[in-house]
Amino acid sequence: LTRLEDELEATAEQAPEAMLESPARLTAFRRGLGGFFIPLLTTLIAFIAAGLIVLLTGHNPFSTYKAVFNGTGLNWLFPWVSGSTRSTAAQDLQQTLLLATPLLLTGLAVAFAFRAGLFNIGGQGQYTVGAIFAVWVGSNFSGMPAILHIIFAIVAAGLAGAIWAGIAGFLKATTGANEVISTIMLNWIALWVGVYLFQLGGPLQDPTQSSVPVSKTVADSAKLHVFWGNPLLQGLDIGIFIALAGAIVFWALIKRTRLGYEVRTVGFNPEAAKYAGMNVGRSYVKVMLICGAFAGVAAALDILGWKFQLFTNDIQTSQIGFYGIAVALLGRNSALGTVGAALLFGALITGTSQRNLDPNVFDPTLAQYLTYMIEGLIVLLVSTDVIALRLVKGGRRISVVWKGRKRDEPAPAVEEQG
Amino acid sequence: MSVGTIAVKPSQLTAPKPIGVAGLVLGALAWVITLPPFEVRTIVPSIVLAVIGVGAGVAATLGGERKIGIGSIVIAVLAVLGAIASLKSSHSTLGVVFVWSALVAAALRYATPLIFGALGGVICERSGVINIGLEGMMLMGCFFGIWGADLLGSWVLGLVVAMVAGGLLALVHAIFSIHMRANQIVSGTGINFLALGITGYWFTQHYGPNGTPTNVSQVPNVKLPLIQHVGFFGAAFGDMNLMTWIGLALVPAMTFFLFRTTWGLRLRSVGEKPRAADTVGLPVLRIRYVAVIVSGMLAALGGAYLSVGFVGSFSNNMTEGRGFIALAAMIFGKWKPWGALWATLLFGFANALADRLSQPNPTLGTLFEALPYVLTLVAVAGVIGRSRAPAADGIPYIRE
Repeated sequence: LTRLEDELEATAEQAPEAMLESPARLTAFRRGLGGFFIPLLTTLIAFIAAGLIVLLTGHNPFSTYKAVFNGTGLNWLFPWVSGSTRSTAAQDLQQTLLLATPLLLTGLAVAFAFRAGLFNIGGQGQYTVGAIFAVWVGSNFSGMPAILHIIFAIVAAGLAGAIWAGIAGFLKATTGANEVISTIMLNWIALWVGVYLFQLGGPLQDPTQSSVPVSKTVADSAKLHVFWGNPLLQGLDIGIFIALAGAIVFWALIKRTRLGYEVRTVGFNPEAAKYAGMNVGRSYVKVMLICGAFAGVAAALDILGWKFQLFTNDIQTSQIGFYGIAVALLGRNSALGTVGAALLFGALITGTSQRNLDPNVFDPTLAQYLTYMIEGLIVLLVSTDVIALRLVKGGRRISVVWKGRKRDEPAPAVEEQG
Repeated sequence: MSVGTIAVKPSQLTAPKPIGVAGLVLGALAWVITLPPFEVRTIVPSIVLAVIGVGAGVAATLGGERKIGIGSIVIAVLAVLGAIASLKSSHSTLGVVFVWSALVAAALRYATPLIFGALGGVICERSGVINIGLEGMMLMGCFFGIWGADLLGSWVLGLVVAMVAGGLLALVHAIFSIHMRANQIVSGTGINFLALGITGYWFTQHYGPNGTPTNVSQVPNVKLPLIQHVGFFGAAFGDMNLMTWIGLALVPAMTFFLFRTTWGLRLRSVGEKPRAADTVGLPVLRIRYVAVIVSGMLAALGGAYLSVGFVGSFSNNMTEGRGFIALAAMIFGKWKPWGALWATLLFGFANALADRLSQPNPTLGTLFEALPYVLTLVAVAGVIGRSRAPAADGIPYIRE
């Protein structure tokens, strides 16, 4: 079985010959330094381009990036930083890691789908649905023992996210509906349902604050333990370990289970998978269920870890699920890569936030949009790279479904490879 | 692609399709009769109509027109629910919500940016390039439209600037998806992030916390002297924005271009069978480039309507997902201009209804905002007929 897997992977990587001269070289490149090199290069180019924009608009890019870096709290890692700077840095770093937690999970939600050749743009909707259930379970049932309450809330959020994503998987399996479109639609449906529930006069709005569009607050028994920093100042909670465990589960699912093998086979070539006796439709449903569970748990960790309540405004402006797309793409849909990319984006968003960026150096409002630009550039740059290295299978599958061909017609492999 | 003419022979009226369509109409009527100006205050006529509608639906289903048949059954059931809701509401509530002329006017206002966006989507995807980046291109037009109008002192130039900005962003998408053979969905996603960043950055840098000035030149409304004061028509169409008229005029224009001109045929052939198009000597890549850029310009006009046309100012992320609704409308309308128009009007109507519902019932209006997305989800699932994209949509073309 292992040899078969290797062959499968190797073939997948040899397919985009057009991009690099020799397939063998490409494989070696990816196994070695190249796996990290290209994402790093992509990030670097994006940062330089954004730096140029900072320069062109009359600011100093170096001092800007330095202030952003200090805002991330990563300077805490330097032993020579001491005193009040160090305690500030510690708080900032806690913020960065708090943000990296859900990003990692929404990233995995997108990455797992990619492995099966599906494009899950619906991470945001799955996250929203998860947040609704997490806050509902967390703010009710306050008599429960803490551990049970927390597990109940996380499982409820995960299941809700799974079912939400499962709708897209089910529609694809039964009617061939393109999952890109259906997950986009599900995002917006989740958004409006969420706003409906918690808006003024909404069924789940906090009855004690009738003029604030917000949910009830999570009970103490459902709050996650803060192990680093002050719980009142949003210290770091144990959610990050749950997210990291999620990355290990992701890796184990992909590499060590029958399902993972099925997923990769379907992602590589759905036709072959079908002839090998796999039920492709059922694997689509399973894959989407798992993706949605990742995103739903991400929301639960946010709600139980530091948000404790859900504002309608939060539902409308949250971008965590969309960042997940960039995280997964930059992390090349691998567990380790996604961890790294989640840290990078967590740091970038924290470093450019209103709370952490020194306004004397660079306007935080501007910096937030700089972050979007960097994100956009990274995704754009990765879009060609990804199709070359990993997504040829996914991309092809999407296009095949998109144009609604019959299943028994040959895939347009000839056109792709020229 | 069948662009056949519709000719109804008497014998066809007993065929399953007309029966199904009649079922659809009767089902919808079951709800309509409970609304102003009819306002039937008992449920019996609605139930009778709905039962006939269901019967026609079943007949159509048995006759082989499954989708229309099931559609009319669903519509009939929904209409009865709607009728019950109408009967539970008071006469005055119905009067507030269902002011038809105001509803139509508002629906057209909501639909205008979507029409431009959806037409942009049609031309782009007909040429074989998926455009998830419509949202970003709209947002570019939205900001740069008002920026141009403010800077150059005229809404005409503002619209030109908007088109240039949208076209430039579309050019990026074109380069990535046509020449660099990127995954077009990933590239489009990147485009959306990029637009959010560029417009927000430029807006903050240029205008700061005060926002756009209040006296920016705006696209005028067209006052029709003849019907302006003629009851329903006057209130609904007598005072529409110029861009709404342009958007409506673009629909037949685009239909004519796509299906009646040589270049339209070429564009479609590039989107369906690029290899064949190449073989007969058509510049496949160049046609796709033009289509993507034009699509960006159209989407930008839609975005510009929001800022320069309707509101007169800009706020960050002002398009708020309208690009995605436009995308949905294009799919709902089966990649055809007229279909896209009906879809945008339907979505616009849902928005307008949500607005008016929020007066008597603030919470319920919100749920209506989700309606376009639910309808599109149902549409892509193939319940209302199969939506079929151009054959080569999303596949980069490589010459041999």
